[in-house]
Amino acid sequence: MRYAMAIDTKKCVGCSDCVVACQTENNVPIGYCRDWVVEATSGTYPDLSMEIRSERCNQCTNAPCVRCCPTEASHIVDGGIVVVDHDECIGCKACITSCPYDARFVHPEGYVDKCTFCIHRVEKGENPACVSVCPTKCMYFGDTDDLNSEISQLLRKRKWKTLIPEAGTEPNIYYLT
Amino acid sequence: MIEQIITSGKNNAGIDPFLHVWGWEIPFYLFIGGLVAGILFFSALFTIRGKEEEFPTAVKLAPMMTPILLGLGLFSLLLDLSHKLYFWQLYTNIRWESPMSWGAWTLMIIYPLTIIWSAIWLKDVFPKWDWKFQWIDEGLEIIRHYKKALAWSLMILSIILGMYTGILLSAFNARPFWNTAILGPLFLTSGLSAGAALIMLMSKASKEKRLFARIDLMLIGTELFLIIHLFMGFLAGTNVHIEAAKLFLGGEFTISFWIFVVFGGLIFPAILEILELQKVKIPHYISAMLVLFGSLALRFIVVDAGQVSRWLY
Repeated sequence: MRYAMAIDTKKCVGCSDCVVACQTENNVPIGYCRDWVVEATSGTYPDLSMEIRSERCNQCTNAPCVRCCPTEASHIVDGGIVVVDHDECIGCKACITSCPYDARFVHPEGYVDKCTFCIHRVEKGENPACVSVCPTKCMYFGDTDDLNSEISQLLRKRKWKTLIPEAGTEPNIYYLT
Repeated sequence: MIEQIITSGKNNAGIDPFLHVWGWEIPFYLFIGGLVAGILFFSALFTIRGKEEEFPTAVKLAPMMTPILLGLGLFSLLLDLSHKLYFWQLYTNIRWESPMSWGAWTLMIIYPLTIIWSAIWLKDVFPKWDWKFQWIDEGLEIIRHYKKALAWSLMILSIILGMYTGILLSAFNARPFWNTAILGPLFLTSGLSAGAALIMLMSKASKEKRLFARIDLMLIGTELFLIIHLFMGFLAGTNVHIEAAKLFLGGEFTISFWIFVVFGGLIFPAILEILELQKVKIPHYISAMLVLFGSLALRFIVVDAGQVSRWLY
């Protein structure tokens, strides 16, 4: 099992509903966020093209945050989701500096926090909060090891990219382009 | 041209807009770690070579400071932790892939050794010292028999300690300026140089001062060579590494690095040391202080610059 997310940049309108849903679902403290929306504009006016991406922890297969964690607080659970055990985290912040996506932060209670793919929902067979609220249905969540899953089929028939693949992290958030 | 804007708002403290999760605590500790490694290395080296009486500051006096210095360093590390009460979790795991883990274990081994090492020299430095308990005297007497073995292990551990202060940073591929294997040997050399400078500062014997001035000169030469290689490596690297090097070649760290570290902390003290060795009368503490200051500044600048450098997307 390999959980992954595919986000259709052609359908995303950048409404930030995913961000608000995450903050509500996961009780993210005010002033912090586990996901965010990036608008990338390329070209020179008036010939511009725009891409909107909802970004979060990439749940990397080769996760540098897990590698550098001195206490095993950051670890990978079944399905490839990278999680932080709050009672093992000492707040050394090595994982924060090791993440090329800047997806982690120090929770006001001291431990390091990040997107968990809403593991508590996924375990119940539900989609992560961000995916379930998306008004344009541009986000897909599923198992890429299952070749018949919707996400696997999408990744076969659509063009996609991942963020900073050259960092060698093998990210599991795919952007359909 | 590509312009990327976060439109949903993202202002996680210490992360946005530029990473700054490590403040003064980490570079201060890296400096102390290197300095202690330097002191222990020379103390062990001259013990192994049987020169305890010839170089008493290096072998006996300077190590007295290591438990105090390392204690300060560890305290600053503790201050840096944001989940302090859980620090003991470091010692429930051995994680070979994590430099921070083997750094923690190295400190766990080296810290008691610095206490033992300074204790066996304490009576030589303070002849009137009384341990009050007979068993401490007897225990230290036994350890003294294995002085050379202890010196060998301290020498190896001090190299690991000095090297790891750099490797800790170079293991982070996400921060291009840190992601170079040169940082390990650079921080080790800089730590040894700081150790030599502190010994020069404390020493009263001109023979010892002159020896450490010569050692320091060699180390400064090595450091300059490593710094040149650092930038050669970056400039021959990928775009993100070239961007990282530009922070120092016209960017925001240009003045602080080249003036305070390279000139003030390496080239100028090297010139002073050469003049001292030529018997020109210059107070030796000037060059020693400059080397220590340069070594500290190097840690601060490298820790800051690494956090500013990033992958562009």
